[in-house]
Amino acid sequence: MPITYTSGEQVEVYRFNWAVNIGVPAAALWLQSFLPLHFPFFKMFDLPLLVTIFFAIARRNPISGLLTGSVIGLFQDALTGLPLGINGLAKTFVGYGASSLGVKLDVENAGARFLVTLVFYVAHEIIYFMVARGLVALNLQWSWPHELVAALANAFVGVFLFFALDRFKQRT
Amino acid sequence: MESVLGRYKNLIVLVVVLFAQVLGLAVQVKRTTDTESSRLIRVWAVSAVTPFEEVFVWMHNGSGNLWHNYFYLRGVRAENRELKQQIEQLRLEQVRLSEDAAQARRLQALFGFKEQFLSKTIAAQVIGSGGSEQSRIVYIDKGESDGVRTDMAVITVNGIVGKVLKIFRSTSQVLLIDDQSSGVGALLEKSRLQGIVRGTPAGEVVLEKIMTDESVQPGEAVLTSGGDRIFPKGLPVGVVTHVANENRADLFLNIRVRPAANLNKLEEVLVVTKVDEKEPNPSETGPVRAADILAQRLPSVPDKPASADRAQANGAQPGMTPRPPAEKAPSPQPNVARPGEAPATAASKPGTVVPARPASSSPAAKPAETTPSALKPATEQRPEPTPVKVLDASQVAAKPKQTPAPATPPPAKPQNGPQ
Repeated sequence: MPITYTSGEQVEVYRFNWAVNIGVPAAALWLQSFLPLHFPFFKMFDLPLLVTIFFAIARRNPISGLLTGSVIGLFQDALTGLPLGINGLAKTFVGYGASSLGVKLDVENAGARFLVTLVFYVAHEIIYFMVARGLVALNLQWSWPHELVAALANAFVGVFLFFALDRFKQRT
Repeated sequence: MESVLGRYKNLIVLVVVLFAQVLGLAVQVKRTTDTESSRLIRVWAVSAVTPFEEVFVWMHNGSGNLWHNYFYLRGVRAENRELKQQIEQLRLEQVRLSEDAAQARRLQALFGFKEQFLSKTIAAQVIGSGGSEQSRIVYIDKGESDGVRTDMAVITVNGIVGKVLKIFRSTSQVLLIDDQSSGVGALLEKSRLQGIVRGTPAGEVVLEKIMTDESVQPGEAVLTSGGDRIFPKGLPVGVVTHVANENRADLFLNIRVRPAANLNKLEEVLVVTKVDEKEPNPSETGPVRAADILAQRLPSVPDKPASADRAQANGAQPGMTPRPPAEKAPSPQPNVARPGEAPATAASKPGTVVPARPASSSPAAKPAETTPSALKPATEQRPEPTPVKVLDASQVAAKPKQTPAPATPPPAKPQNGPQ
C-alpha cells in the first residue's frame, strides 16, 4: 500500500459528532489532570496532544486542526496554572501540521501513526520550550534523552489510542 | 485578491490564531499581578474538569471504605493491640512533652515572644493536578465558599505542601513548594541559618541564599522561618540531602532538600485559614510571676524577717529596705550579678514592687529584693563562670552584714533560665 496519495480523491475525510468533539478532549484533559496524582510517571504523557493529532489527521482540514489544537492547548494551559497560550501555541502548530500531513500521507496504519506521533511530540516539545523560554521566561531545562523516551512512550500509547478512537469516526 | 486569500486561507488562519495567542500571552506576562483578564477561561476549564474528579474521588473513597471497613479486616485485632500499646507509650511521652511545653511557654512569656498558632485549618482532598512536568500544582476540593483565600498555607501532618494560588467557588489551585515559581522562607533547625526554599525546573527542592562559608550538614532539618508571612514559623519543610559548592566563585551553597511531605502522593491536606499571633499570657501558662522567677534565681532569699513587719508598721515604704538613713543602699543593677540577664522582668528592675506570693508576706517584707546582697547568691546557683561586675568600694560597704540564710528550699531547678 502506497504511503502517499496520488490524488485528493483518495483522501478519506472523517467527521465526529458533537459529543465526541467535546467529550474526548475533555476526557483527555481530565485524565491528564487526575492520573499524575496517583501515577507520577504519567506526567510524561500528553493525552491532549495525542487527541489533537488524532482529530487533525482524521479531519484532514488544517483550519479545523489548528483550531482544535488551539482550544485544547488553551484549556490545558488553564489547568496547569502557567500563562495561557504556551500549550495553545504549540498545539496550534501541531494541529496545523498534522492535518496538513494527513492530506498528503496515509496515516491510517500503525507504523505511520507511530512515526507521526513521535515527530509531532518532539516538534510540540521544541515549540513549547521556545515559547516558554522566549516569551514567558520560564526556566526550563532541555534533555534530549528524556524527550526521546517521552516521545517513544507517547507514540506507543498513541497507536493504541488512535485505534480506540477510530470507532467514533464517521465518513463524510 | 480573492484567489490569493483562498489559496493561502489555511496559512492566514494559522497566522491569525498564533498572533492572537502570542498577543494574549504577552498581555498575561506583562500583567503578572492582574489575572482577572484570563480568569474566565480558567474557571471554565476548572469547572469542566473538577466535578468529574470529585465524583471519581468520591466513588473511589466510597468503594475503598466499603472494602476496608467491612470486608478486609484481617489482622485488625493484632493491629489494635499494637495501637493500644502505642497509645500507652504516647501518653507517657505526652506527659513529658507537656511539661517541656509548659516550661517553654513560660520562658517565651518572659521574653515577650510572639507565638503563632494555627488556630483554624480546613481539611481538603487533592482531586487533581496540573498534569504537566513544568507546572507543579494540585487542585483541592475546597474553595472560596469554604473560606479558602489566596496565599493561604497548605500543609500536611508531615510538612508544608504549598500555598493557595487561585481560588474558585468550590475548588482551589495550590502551588507546590517544588514549583520553580514558589518560594518559602526557611531556616535550618540546628544552625538557624535562614534562606529561601525554591523548586527547580527538574522538580527538586533547594535551599538558597546560604553563604558558602557556612557549615551545613546533610540530614539537618529545614523549618519555615515565618518570613514569607504565609507559613507560620517552625513547620517542617524537609531535610537537607545534599550540600555542594560546585562553583567556587559562587557566594551561596547549593543545598538540596527532600520535602517532608510527599508531594508526589498527596491525598489529604490542611489549608491554614487562620493564624493567630499573640504574646503568650503568663496567666494562661501557670502561676508564673515575677516573684517566682526571682525566687528561682535567688534560692537564698531569706524569709520575711520579723523586723520587717515592724518596720512596715513604722511607716516604711513598700519596696524600701528597712535600713538606717545614713546607710545608703546602692540601687541594685540587674547586671551586677547576672550580666546578660533579661532586663524586661519587673523583678529585676531596681525598686520595683514585686507582687508577693500569696503564701508569703507583703512586698515590703522582702527587703532582699532590692539589696545587692540578695542578688549575689544567684551566681552561686549557676556553676558556670559568668562575668560578674566587680562592685566598687561603696557598694561593698553598703552590703548588709546580714548573712542570707537559705530559709526557703530552692525551688525547682531553673533548667533553661532566660539568657
